[in-house]
Amino acid sequence: MAKAIGLSVALFALWLALSGFFKPFLLLLGVLSCALTLYLAFRMKLLDDEAVPIQLRLTLLLYWGWLGGEIFKSAVAVSKVILARDMPLHQQLIAVPAPQKTDMGHVIFANSITLTPGTVTVETRPGIFLIHALTEEASAMSGFAEMGRRVAEIETR
Amino acid sequence: MDPTLDLVVDIASGISFAIGGIFLLIGALGMIRLPDVWARIHAAGIIDTIGAELIVFGMILQAGLSQASIKLVLIGLFLFVTSPTATHAVANASFTAGLRPLDLRKNQASDVLGEESKP
Amino acid sequence: MTMLLATAAALFIAMMMVLIRLFAGPTLYDRVLAVNTFGTLTVLLLGLLGFITERPDFLDIAMLYALINFVSTIAILKFFRYRALGRRSLQDED
Repeated sequence: MAKAIGLSVALFALWLALSGFFKPFLLLLGVLSCALTLYLAFRMKLLDDEAVPIQLRLTLLLYWGWLGGEIFKSAVAVSKVILARDMPLHQQLIAVPAPQKTDMGHVIFANSITLTPGTVTVETRPGIFLIHALTEEASAMSGFAEMGRRVAEIETR
Repeated sequence: MDPTLDLVVDIASGISFAIGGIFLLIGALGMIRLPDVWARIHAAGIIDTIGAELIVFGMILQAGLSQASIKLVLIGLFLFVTSPTATHAVANASFTAGLRPLDLRKNQASDVLGEESKP
Repeated sequence: MTMLLATAAALFIAMMMVLIRLFAGPTLYDRVLAVNTFGTLTVLLLGLLGFITERPDFLDIAMLYALINFVSTIAILKFFRYRALGRRSLQDED
């Protein structure tokens, strides 16, 4: 039930943001299309933790801020590699444990690793990821452990 | 709006555009310079994450409080969510196709995949 | 205004450089990566064009382009892995 309410609020907010009209007839059309989408999502059994991730903590926003800082730092590091005269590449494929409990936590952790320039998630198996790292510094295990701990904190209430 | 605040916002968006544009050009240079697809993924990562987000942020500052800025926030959110998925899809597809990075320093693929890791 | 035009020029140069990689290849994955990055740059250029011409409608096009770009990248990669975009026939169901 909470999932249905969350999805309909999100859908209607998206409709208002995209249309920008507040005439009664157009608002009615918006409500109708949200109701139809909600019915279809219910019939397709989409109202779960993946489609409506309201089980995440609101500190997700703080985590995004921290992630932005990390992205900037590693983007500068990769830029230095690209601009160096002889590019000091130390390409490696490393195994990184994923300590999260839920699928959503795994997805956030893998996406965060990929978003950080210098590391890309290549393959996933339950509880362990295969990461491609461009340089020696990018593959430091302490950085992955820190990120994994922060994701594990936000994955469930 | 208050003209001083206007100027501050304008300068902030100019700085955001400048840093974002520099990252875009560095990423594009990396797309040309780096030796193989595995390294180029990281150059594309610079463009997709920091370059794109900084330019979108600069445009949000230019738009001020309006419907345009809400749409720009949505564009930034779409890019933020979809770009790692697309990058991971490219990396995973080239790994499955048997491509391996040039002069690999360390390879722990067998720790994750067991027997299936042979190209 | 000069600021916007300068950013658009930087975007244009970056797009040209990505196009070089798109034509040079050598593997399929280089090209898919270049197409995806080119799409991201196109989204940014569309947004900037909306500001330069002062027509905010361009943002809708940019948003749609961001979504289509993502879907097309995934579709190309799926096609070249499985050589099909859906089930080939009803017999393949399981």
